Amino acid sequence: MLANYGYEDGSGVFFITIDTGRCDGCGACVGACPAQVFIVVDEDPHDPLREEPVAVVAADKVKKLKYECSPCKPAAKAASLPCVEACKAGAISHSW
Amino acid sequence: MAEEKKQEFWRWTESNWANPDVDWKRARFITVGIDVGSVSSQAVIMADGEIYAYGNMRTGSDSPNSARNALSFALEKTDMKEGRIDYCIGTGYGRVNVPFANRSITEIACHARGANFIYGPEVRTVLDVGGQDIKAIQCDEKGKVTNFLMNDKCAAGTGRGMEVFADLLGVPVTEVGDRSFQVDKEPDAVSSTCVVYAKSEATGLLRKGWSINDVLAAYCRAMAERIYSLLERIGVTPAFAMTGGMAKNKGVVNRLVPMVGLEAAKTMWDTQIAGAAGAALFGHALCLRGKGK
Repeated sequence: MLANYGYEDGSGVFFITIDTGRCDGCGACVGACPAQVFIVVDEDPHDPLREEPVAVVAADKVKKLKYECSPCKPAAKAASLPCVEACKAGAISHSW
Repeated sequence: MAEEKKQEFWRWTESNWANPDVDWKRARFITVGIDVGSVSSQAVIMADGEIYAYGNMRTGSDSPNSARNALSFALEKTDMKEGRIDYCIGTGYGRVNVPFANRSITEIACHARGANFIYGPEVRTVLDVGGQDIKAIQCDEKGKVTNFLMNDKCAAGTGRGMEVFADLLGVPVTEVGDRSFQVDKEPDAVSSTCVVYAKSEATGLLRKGWSINDVLAAYCRAMAERIYSLLERIGVTPAFAMTGGMAKNKGVVNRLVPMVGLEAAKTMWDTQIAGAAGAALFGHALCLRGKGK
Protein backbone atom coordinates (compact mmCIF):
# COMPACT_ATOMS: atom_id res chain seq x y z
CA MET A 1 0.00 0.00 0.00
CA LEU A 2 1.15 3.52 -0.75
CA ALA A 3 0.37 5.72 2.22
CA ASN A 4 0.51 9.38 1.18
CA TYR A 5 0.59 11.85 4.04
CA GLY A 6 0.04 15.33 2.71
CA TYR A 7 0.37 18.88 3.82
CA GLU A 8 -0.18 22.24 2.29
CA ASP A 9 1.97 25.29 2.81
CA GLY A 10 2.43 28.58 0.99
CA SER A 11 4.34 26.98 -1.86
CA GLY A 12 2.05 24.08 -2.68
CA VAL A 13 0.80 20.66 -1.67
CA PHE A 14 3.39 18.05 -0.70
CA PHE A 15 3.38 14.42 0.29
CA ILE A 16 5.49 11.94 2.18
CA THR A 17 4.85 8.47 0.84
CA ILE A 18 5.49 5.21 2.65
CA ASP A 19 5.32 2.10 0.52
CA THR A 20 4.12 -0.41 3.12
CA GLY A 21 4.82 -3.27 0.72
CA ARG A 22 8.53 -2.42 0.90
CA CYS A 23 8.69 -1.36 4.54
CA ASP A 24 9.86 -4.17 6.80
CA GLY A 25 9.38 -2.22 10.02
CA CYS A 26 13.11 -1.96 10.76
CA GLY A 27 12.67 1.45 12.33
CA ALA A 28 15.73 3.17 10.82
CA CYS A 29 13.56 6.13 9.82
CA VAL A 30 12.37 6.61 13.40
CA GLY A 31 15.84 7.57 14.57
CA ALA A 32 16.83 9.35 11.38
CA CYS A 33 14.05 11.92 11.33
CA PRO A 34 15.05 14.99 13.35
CA ALA A 35 11.38 15.75 14.03
CA GLN A 36 10.41 12.17 15.06
CA VAL A 37 7.70 12.06 12.44
CA PHE A 38 7.74 8.26 12.07
CA ILE A 39 6.86 5.47 14.43
CA VAL A 40 6.85 1.72 13.87
CA VAL A 41 3.65 -0.05 14.81
CA ASP A 42 3.04 -3.79 15.11
CA GLU A 43 0.06 -3.67 12.82
CA ASP A 44 -0.73 -1.34 9.95
CA PRO A 45 -3.64 0.81 11.18
CA HIS A 46 -4.83 1.20 7.59
CA ASP A 47 -4.67 -2.51 6.88
CA PRO A 48 -5.80 -4.18 10.12
CA LEU A 49 -5.81 -7.72 8.77
CA ARG A 50 -2.14 -7.75 7.70
CA GLU A 51 -0.47 -7.91 11.14
CA GLU A 52 3.11 -7.09 10.26
CA PRO A 53 5.22 -4.27 11.71
CA VAL A 54 5.31 -1.18 9.54
CA ALA A 55 6.39 2.46 9.76
CA VAL A 56 3.66 5.10 9.79
CA VAL A 57 3.55 8.83 10.35
CA ALA A 58 2.68 9.23 14.02
CA ALA A 59 -0.94 10.21 14.61
CA ASP A 60 0.00 13.40 16.43
CA LYS A 61 2.29 14.44 13.56
CA VAL A 62 -0.10 13.86 10.66
CA LYS A 63 -1.77 17.22 11.06
CA LYS A 64 1.52 19.01 11.74
CA LEU A 65 3.69 17.91 8.82
CA LYS A 66 3.67 21.44 7.50
CA TYR A 67 5.81 22.46 10.46
CA GLU A 68 7.70 19.23 11.13
CA CYS A 69 8.93 18.67 7.59
CA SER A 70 9.67 22.26 6.66
CA PRO A 71 13.27 22.30 8.06
CA CYS A 72 14.20 19.50 5.63
CA LYS A 73 12.40 20.96 2.65
CA PRO A 74 15.03 23.41 1.38
CA ALA A 75 17.56 20.58 1.50
CA ALA A 76 15.66 18.65 -1.14
CA LYS A 77 17.92 19.69 -4.00
CA ALA A 78 21.19 19.84 -2.05
CA ALA A 79 21.33 16.43 -0.42
CA SER A 80 18.98 13.55 0.12
CA LEU A 81 16.64 13.71 3.07
CA PRO A 82 17.50 11.86 6.30
CA CYS A 83 14.43 9.63 6.25
CA VAL A 84 14.81 8.68 2.58
CA GLU A 85 18.53 8.06 3.14
CA ALA A 86 17.94 5.91 6.22
CA CYS A 87 15.41 3.63 4.56
CA LYS A 88 17.42 0.78 3.07
CA ALA A 89 14.30 -0.79 1.63
CA GLY A 90 13.53 2.37 -0.35
CA ALA A 91 10.05 2.61 1.09
CA ILE A 92 10.02 6.34 1.86
CA SER A 93 9.72 9.01 -0.79
CA HIS A 94 8.85 12.70 -0.86
CA SER A 95 7.08 14.80 -3.42
CA TRP A 96 9.14 17.96 -2.93
CA MET B 1 -35.38 42.17 24.36
CA ALA B 2 -37.41 40.32 21.81
CA GLU B 3 -36.47 36.71 21.64
CA GLU B 4 -34.89 35.85 18.36
CA LYS B 5 -35.61 32.48 16.91
CA LYS B 6 -32.65 31.47 14.88
CA GLN B 7 -33.10 28.99 12.10
CA GLU B 8 -30.30 26.50 11.82
CA PHE B 9 -29.62 26.30 8.13
CA TRP B 10 -26.69 23.93 8.52
CA ARG B 11 -28.85 21.26 10.11
CA TRP B 12 -29.01 18.11 8.02
CA THR B 13 -31.36 15.21 8.57
CA GLU B 14 -30.47 12.59 11.13
CA SER B 15 -31.78 9.14 10.39
CA ASN B 16 -31.98 5.62 11.70
CA TRP B 17 -33.15 2.48 10.02
CA ALA B 18 -33.49 -1.23 10.67
CA ASN B 19 -34.04 -4.04 8.21
CA PRO B 20 -37.05 -6.08 9.43
CA ASP B 21 -36.08 -8.94 7.09
CA VAL B 22 -32.84 -9.67 8.93
CA ASP B 23 -33.31 -12.21 11.68
CA TRP B 24 -30.57 -11.18 14.05
CA LYS B 25 -31.53 -13.83 16.62
CA ARG B 26 -30.21 -16.51 14.29
CA ALA B 27 -27.01 -14.65 13.46
CA ARG B 28 -23.74 -16.13 14.60
CA PHE B 29 -21.98 -12.82 15.06
CA ILE B 30 -23.43 -9.41 15.75
CA THR B 31 -20.81 -6.78 15.04
CA VAL B 32 -21.02 -3.05 15.38
CA GLY B 33 -19.02 -0.31 13.71
CA ILE B 34 -19.07 3.15 15.20
CA ASP B 35 -17.71 6.05 13.19
CA VAL B 36 -17.30 9.15 15.32
CA GLY B 37 -16.51 11.92 12.89
CA SER B 38 -15.91 15.57 13.54
CA VAL B 39 -19.39 16.50 12.36
CA SER B 40 -21.45 13.31 12.32
CA SER B 41 -21.45 9.96 14.11
CA GLN B 42 -22.78 6.70 12.76
CA ALA B 43 -23.38 3.29 14.22
CA VAL B 44 -23.95 0.29 11.98
CA ILE B 45 -25.11 -3.03 13.39
CA MET B 46 -24.37 -6.05 11.26
CA ALA B 47 -25.71 -9.56 11.60
CA ASP B 48 -23.23 -11.96 9.99
CA GLY B 49 -21.90 -9.26 7.69
CA GLU B 50 -25.26 -7.89 6.55
CA ILE B 51 -26.51 -4.48 7.62
CA TYR B 52 -29.25 -4.96 10.20
CA ALA B 53 -29.62 -1.42 11.51
CA TYR B 54 -27.90 1.92 11.48
CA GLY B 55 -28.11 5.33 13.07
CA ASN B 56 -26.65 8.55 11.72
CA MET B 57 -26.55 11.67 13.86
CA ARG B 58 -24.55 14.80 14.68
CA THR B 59 -21.48 14.54 16.87
CA GLY B 60 -21.84 17.87 18.59
CA SER B 61 -19.47 18.90 21.31
CA ASP B 62 -19.82 15.73 23.31
CA SER B 63 -17.55 13.25 21.54
CA PRO B 64 -17.48 10.39 24.10
CA ASN B 65 -21.22 10.32 24.44
CA SER B 66 -21.87 10.62 20.73
CA ALA B 67 -20.65 7.05 20.24
CA ARG B 68 -23.16 5.87 22.84
CA ASN B 69 -25.90 8.08 21.38
CA ALA B 70 -25.34 6.83 17.85
CA LEU B 71 -25.54 3.22 19.03
CA SER B 72 -28.71 3.85 21.03
CA PHE B 73 -30.16 5.65 18.00
CA ALA B 74 -29.43 2.62 15.80
CA LEU B 75 -30.85 0.21 18.41
CA GLU B 76 -34.02 2.34 18.73
CA LYS B 77 -35.65 0.73 15.71
CA THR B 78 -34.78 -2.79 16.81
CA ASP B 79 -35.62 -5.16 19.65
CA MET B 80 -31.96 -6.00 20.16
CA LYS B 81 -30.17 -5.30 23.41
CA GLU B 82 -26.67 -3.92 23.56
CA GLY B 83 -25.44 -7.01 25.41
CA ARG B 84 -26.00 -9.15 22.32
CA ILE B 85 -23.17 -7.39 20.45
CA ASP B 86 -20.19 -9.68 19.91
CA TYR B 87 -17.63 -7.20 18.68
CA CYS B 88 -17.51 -3.45 18.38
CA ILE B 89 -15.00 -1.39 16.41
CA GLY B 90 -14.54 2.35 16.64
CA THR B 91 -13.35 4.42 13.71
CA GLY B 92 -13.12 8.01 12.56
CA TYR B 93 -11.69 11.15 14.04
CA GLY B 94 -13.01 10.31 17.52
CA ARG B 95 -12.31 6.56 17.41
CA VAL B 96 -10.38 6.69 20.69
CA ASN B 97 -13.52 8.10 22.26
CA VAL B 98 -15.59 4.97 21.84
CA PRO B 99 -15.25 3.60 25.39
CA PHE B 100 -17.05 0.31 24.77
CA ALA B 101 -15.23 -0.58 21.52
CA ASN B 102 -13.10 -3.73 21.45
CA ARG B 103 -10.59 -1.97 19.23
CA SER B 104 -10.21 0.89 16.79
CA ILE B 105 -9.31 0.96 13.10
CA THR B 106 -8.51 4.03 11.00
CA GLU B 107 -11.28 5.51 8.90
CA ILE B 108 -9.19 5.01 5.75
CA ALA B 109 -9.30 1.24 6.05
CA CYS B 110 -12.97 1.38 7.07
CA HIS B 111 -14.13 3.67 4.27
CA ALA B 112 -12.47 1.51 1.62
CA ARG B 113 -14.05 -1.63 3.11
CA GLY B 114 -17.40 0.10 3.54
CA ALA B 115 -17.44 1.51 -0.01
CA ASN B 116 -16.65 -1.97 -1.29
CA PHE B 117 -19.77 -3.16 0.54
CA ILE B 118 -22.26 -0.38 -0.17
CA TYR B 119 -21.19 0.30 -3.78
CA GLY B 120 -20.00 -3.18 -4.76
CA PRO B 121 -16.64 -4.86 -5.32
CA GLU B 122 -15.94 -3.06 -8.64
CA VAL B 123 -15.11 0.15 -6.75
CA ARG B 124 -11.40 1.05 -7.08
CA THR B 125 -11.35 4.73 -6.16
CA VAL B 126 -13.06 5.97 -3.01
CA LEU B 127 -13.35 9.63 -2.22
CA ASP B 128 -14.40 10.35 1.32
CA VAL B 129 -15.36 13.95 1.89
CA GLY B 130 -16.17 14.15 5.53
CA GLY B 131 -16.82 16.89 8.00
CA GLN B 132 -13.26 18.04 8.37
CA ASP B 133 -10.99 16.39 5.85
CA ILE B 134 -10.83 14.72 2.48
CA LYS B 135 -9.35 11.32 1.79
CA ALA B 136 -8.73 9.81 -1.60
CA ILE B 137 -8.32 6.03 -1.47
CA GLN B 138 -7.62 3.34 -4.01
CA CYS B 139 -8.57 -0.19 -3.10
CA ASP B 140 -8.70 -3.67 -4.57
CA GLU B 141 -11.69 -5.92 -5.16
CA LYS B 142 -11.78 -6.91 -1.50
CA GLY B 143 -11.85 -3.33 -0.26
CA LYS B 144 -8.23 -3.47 0.88
CA VAL B 145 -6.46 -0.13 0.61
CA THR B 146 -3.69 -0.06 -2.01
CA ASN B 147 -2.98 3.66 -2.07
CA PHE B 148 -4.37 6.49 -0.02
CA LEU B 149 -3.87 10.16 0.36
CA MET B 150 -4.87 12.42 3.18
CA ASN B 151 -4.36 16.12 3.66
CA ASP B 152 -3.49 17.96 6.83
CA LYS B 153 -6.23 19.42 8.94
CA CYS B 154 -8.16 22.03 7.07
CA ALA B 155 -11.89 22.32 6.69
CA ALA B 156 -11.56 23.87 3.24
CA GLY B 157 -13.81 22.07 0.82
CA THR B 158 -15.39 19.80 3.41
CA GLY B 159 -18.75 19.24 5.01
CA ARG B 160 -18.13 21.71 7.81
CA GLY B 161 -17.28 24.40 5.27
CA MET B 162 -20.56 23.74 3.51
CA GLU B 163 -22.47 24.00 6.79
CA VAL B 164 -20.87 27.34 7.58
CA PHE B 165 -21.65 28.57 4.09
CA ALA B 166 -25.26 27.44 4.21
CA ASP B 167 -25.65 29.27 7.47
CA LEU B 168 -24.05 32.44 6.13
CA LEU B 169 -26.32 32.55 3.08
CA GLY B 170 -29.43 31.37 4.90
CA VAL B 171 -29.97 28.38 2.67
CA PRO B 172 -30.77 24.99 4.25
CA VAL B 173 -27.72 22.81 3.65
CA THR B 174 -29.82 20.09 2.00
CA GLU B 175 -30.98 22.59 -0.66
CA VAL B 176 -27.55 23.95 -1.51
CA GLY B 177 -27.02 21.44 -4.33
CA ASP B 178 -30.26 22.19 -6.17
CA ARG B 179 -30.07 25.93 -5.69
CA SER B 180 -26.49 26.09 -6.93
CA PHE B 181 -27.75 24.99 -10.36
CA GLN B 182 -30.51 27.62 -10.51
CA VAL B 183 -28.18 30.16 -12.08
CA ASP B 184 -28.27 31.85 -15.48
CA LYS B 185 -24.59 31.30 -16.09
CA GLU B 186 -22.10 29.18 -14.18
CA PRO B 187 -19.91 31.67 -12.27
CA ASP B 188 -16.16 31.34 -11.71
CA ALA B 189 -15.14 29.51 -8.57
CA VAL B 190 -14.42 31.60 -5.48
CA SER B 191 -10.67 32.00 -5.22
CA SER B 192 -10.32 30.13 -1.94
CA THR B 193 -12.23 27.29 -0.33
CA CYS B 194 -10.83 28.29 3.05
CA VAL B 195 -13.97 28.72 5.11
CA VAL B 196 -12.90 32.03 6.59
CA TYR B 197 -11.68 33.55 3.33
CA ALA B 198 -14.60 32.20 1.35
CA LYS B 199 -17.00 33.72 3.83
CA SER B 200 -15.55 37.18 3.41
CA GLU B 201 -15.35 36.70 -0.36
CA ALA B 202 -19.01 35.67 -0.39
CA THR B 203 -20.15 38.77 1.45
CA GLY B 204 -18.15 40.80 -1.07
CA LEU B 205 -19.84 39.05 -3.99
CA LEU B 206 -23.29 39.57 -2.48
CA ARG B 207 -22.50 43.25 -2.12
CA LYS B 208 -21.51 43.33 -5.78
CA GLY B 209 -25.00 42.13 -6.60
CA TRP B 210 -24.51 38.40 -7.07
CA SER B 211 -27.54 36.32 -6.19
CA ILE B 212 -27.33 33.78 -3.38
CA ASN B 213 -27.56 31.00 -5.95
CA ASP B 214 -24.61 32.44 -7.87
CA VAL B 215 -22.49 32.52 -4.73
CA LEU B 216 -23.48 28.95 -3.87
CA ALA B 217 -22.53 27.86 -7.38
CA ALA B 218 -19.16 29.60 -7.10
CA TYR B 219 -18.46 27.94 -3.77
CA CYS B 220 -19.57 24.47 -4.91
CA ARG B 221 -17.29 24.83 -7.93
CA ALA B 222 -14.35 25.84 -5.75
CA MET B 223 -14.94 22.79 -3.53
CA ALA B 224 -15.14 20.47 -6.52
CA GLU B 225 -11.87 21.91 -7.87
CA ARG B 226 -10.11 21.46 -4.57
CA ILE B 227 -11.35 17.90 -4.20
CA TYR B 228 -10.28 17.16 -7.75
CA SER B 229 -6.74 18.42 -7.13
CA LEU B 230 -6.34 15.72 -4.48
CA LEU B 231 -7.95 13.05 -6.63
CA GLU B 232 -5.75 13.96 -9.58
CA ARG B 233 -2.66 13.07 -7.62
CA ILE B 234 -3.78 9.59 -6.70
CA GLY B 235 -5.38 8.95 -10.10
CA VAL B 236 -8.93 7.80 -10.69
CA THR B 237 -9.63 4.26 -11.82
CA PRO B 238 -13.19 3.07 -12.30
CA ALA B 239 -15.47 2.50 -10.57
CA PHE B 240 -15.40 5.79 -8.73
CA ALA B 241 -17.41 6.12 -5.53
CA MET B 242 -17.94 8.90 -3.05
CA THR B 243 -18.62 8.40 0.63
CA GLY B 244 -19.30 10.81 3.45
CA GLY B 245 -21.84 13.57 3.69
CA MET B 246 -20.63 15.58 0.71
CA ALA B 247 -21.63 12.73 -1.61
CA LYS B 248 -25.21 13.91 -0.98
CA ASN B 249 -24.49 17.42 -2.21
CA LYS B 250 -25.35 17.45 -5.91
CA GLY B 251 -23.84 20.90 -6.31
CA VAL B 252 -20.38 19.53 -5.63
CA VAL B 253 -20.79 16.00 -7.03
CA ASN B 254 -22.26 17.10 -10.38
CA ARG B 255 -19.44 19.61 -10.83
CA LEU B 256 -16.78 17.10 -9.84
CA VAL B 257 -17.98 14.31 -12.16
CA PRO B 258 -17.13 16.11 -15.46
CA MET B 259 -13.65 16.93 -14.10
CA VAL B 260 -13.06 13.30 -13.18
CA GLY B 261 -14.61 12.09 -16.42
CA LEU B 262 -16.27 9.14 -14.72
CA GLU B 263 -19.76 8.67 -13.38
CA ALA B 264 -19.96 8.40 -9.61
CA ALA B 265 -21.26 4.99 -8.52
CA LYS B 266 -24.77 4.92 -7.12
CA THR B 267 -26.02 3.21 -4.02
CA MET B 268 -29.26 2.70 -2.15
CA TRP B 269 -27.45 3.18 1.15
CA ASP B 270 -26.80 6.36 3.06
CA THR B 271 -23.28 7.41 1.95
CA GLN B 272 -22.47 8.63 5.45
CA ILE B 273 -22.55 5.12 6.93
CA ALA B 274 -19.70 3.76 4.77
CA GLY B 275 -17.04 4.12 7.49
CA ALA B 276 -19.15 2.51 10.20
CA ALA B 277 -20.22 -0.26 7.82
CA GLY B 278 -16.56 -0.95 7.04
CA ALA B 279 -15.76 -1.09 10.74
CA ALA B 280 -18.58 -3.56 11.37
CA LEU B 281 -17.29 -5.70 8.48
CA PHE B 282 -13.79 -5.71 9.97
CA GLY B 283 -15.41 -6.78 13.23
CA HIS B 284 -17.08 -9.64 11.42
CA ALA B 285 -13.78 -10.66 9.79
CA LEU B 286 -12.04 -10.61 13.17
CA CYS B 287 -14.82 -12.68 14.75
CA LEU B 288 -14.46 -15.26 11.99
CA ARG B 289 -10.76 -15.41 12.78
CA GLY B 290 -11.67 -16.24 16.34
CA LYS B 291 -10.71 -12.88 17.75
CA GLY B 292 -14.15 -12.00 19.02
CA LYS B 293 -14.98 -12.21 22.68
